[in-house]
Amino acid sequence: MDYFIELFLSGLTRGSIYALIALGYTMVYGIIGLINFAHGEIYMIGAFTSFIVATVLSIYGFPLLAIVIVAGVAAAIWSSAYGYTVEKIAYKPLRRAPRLAPLISAIGMSIFLQNYVLLAQTSDFLPFPELIPEFAFMEPVAHIIGSSDLVILVATTVVMLALTLLIKFTKIGKAMRATAQDKTMALLVGINVDRVISATFIIGSALAAIGGLLIASHIGQINFAIGFLAGIKAFTAAVLGGIGSIPGAVLGSLILGLTESFATGYVSSDYEDVFAFSLLVLILIFKPSGLLGKAETKKV
Amino acid sequence: MLELQHIHTQYGNIQALQDVTLNIEAGEIITLIGANGAGKSTTLMAISGIVPCRSGKILLKGEEIQGLAPDRIVAMGVCQVPEGRHIFADLSVQENLDLGSFLRTDKVGIKQDLEYVYSLFPILAERRHQPGGTLSGGEQQMLAMSRALMARPQLLLLDEPSMGLAPLMIKQIFEIIKAINKEHKTTIFLVEQNAHQALHIADRGYVIENGRIVLTDSADKLLTNPGVRKAYLGI
Repeated sequence: MDYFIELFLSGLTRGSIYALIALGYTMVYGIIGLINFAHGEIYMIGAFTSFIVATVLSIYGFPLLAIVIVAGVAAAIWSSAYGYTVEKIAYKPLRRAPRLAPLISAIGMSIFLQNYVLLAQTSDFLPFPELIPEFAFMEPVAHIIGSSDLVILVATTVVMLALTLLIKFTKIGKAMRATAQDKTMALLVGINVDRVISATFIIGSALAAIGGLLIASHIGQINFAIGFLAGIKAFTAAVLGGIGSIPGAVLGSLILGLTESFATGYVSSDYEDVFAFSLLVLILIFKPSGLLGKAETKKV
Repeated sequence: MLELQHIHTQYGNIQALQDVTLNIEAGEIITLIGANGAGKSTTLMAISGIVPCRSGKILLKGEEIQGLAPDRIVAMGVCQVPEGRHIFADLSVQENLDLGSFLRTDKVGIKQDLEYVYSLFPILAERRHQPGGTLSGGEQQMLAMSRALMARPQLLLLDEPSMGLAPLMIKQIFEIIKAINKEHKTTIFLVEQNAHQALHIADRGYVIENGRIVLTDSADKLLTNPGVRKAYLGI
């Protein structure tokens, strides 16, 4: 039973990290109907930024909590700046182009950013400083759930609650929902749609950066290519839950995380990705719009 | 209040509006009538800044507004209720109305206006927490007009407010349009296929055919004009 619970909790941890990244995919898709393939790289840049900040600060001997907070904020800001800029130079000029054009531009951006970090930093795996200590109070259950899993679960829950409140109650949140539903009408009530799009990229990028920090300190190493697989997985999760739907992205991520965790634990870690993507195929066969996605109705 | 001077617009290679010139004085109800595809909605979308003008000028109180972003035009007091109402279906009635006052910051005034539209359409107050998409067609039209009123517009552009509504509802909507014009001195530019109703409440009218204004006169005269009667009133 302990083993089952252990797998369940590690699945939740994995799923909540996917969710932080998947939210960026689904929010951007909801607003401009684009799969932002460079989003995985934004996450990777978040991990690198927090790596650099955390390493420097730990050399100066700052307390761990201060390092985590400063590194997290720095990563969120830096990744947001990248997300904002990517939208401005690679997607905005193509707003009226056929849908394939921005998609190709997104893939190009993804490749560019990977290689940029490869050249600017290194191709080696870098050891990420251990930012989350083993808490003493966790000792009795340490064989089931690690301290960093706990921190990840708590942190992602807090971030997601904050996001929900933002979208539900703030002015920018309402503007985002309105823009996602009906862009023309959003313009007609006086919403600056360009600004809403920028805000969406900034929020999605900040979430991915926080995911980058958490997973990097959990796994303990990073390199320039980590964004690729994480991006594909999070994208899968977003599609699984119904792309464009925010609760869908979270649900899809948790299901994906749990599936992978159980597949790894009971079958073999070699089959982790096989199970993840088989699940995607199955769900798409029976419910093409994803679990919570809306079936697209075409008006004739 | 609003002047269109020699407006041309284009959809791809198709010329939509050709040399459209019209003017609307403050406090008037002006109607633009014409057949399907004549360019009525395009005229409104050009005023709101959604459809770009290829040439010509749009003057709002003497200031050129063509080429401005749509949100700037709303901020200058021009609001549109588009054809098909465009309710934010997943947002509640209340949230739809909140979005109407998106650019306003005067909390007290917003609250007053909210009470005003709820008194105008009590059914909306009853359904304030319901998603906009669950309302009936008539209720959606009320919501769309209320949402526009929440911006406290000086010029209200209405695109086919009677479309798809029951006759009794149409009558009510037109009475409310008249009331908005009287009580708030809101200038109204009304686009309608239902020429009969529109001309009855309007001061003046324009007739548009194939993207060109072909006739303009006072509403009374248009109602008795043989050509208009034959083409648009079905008499």
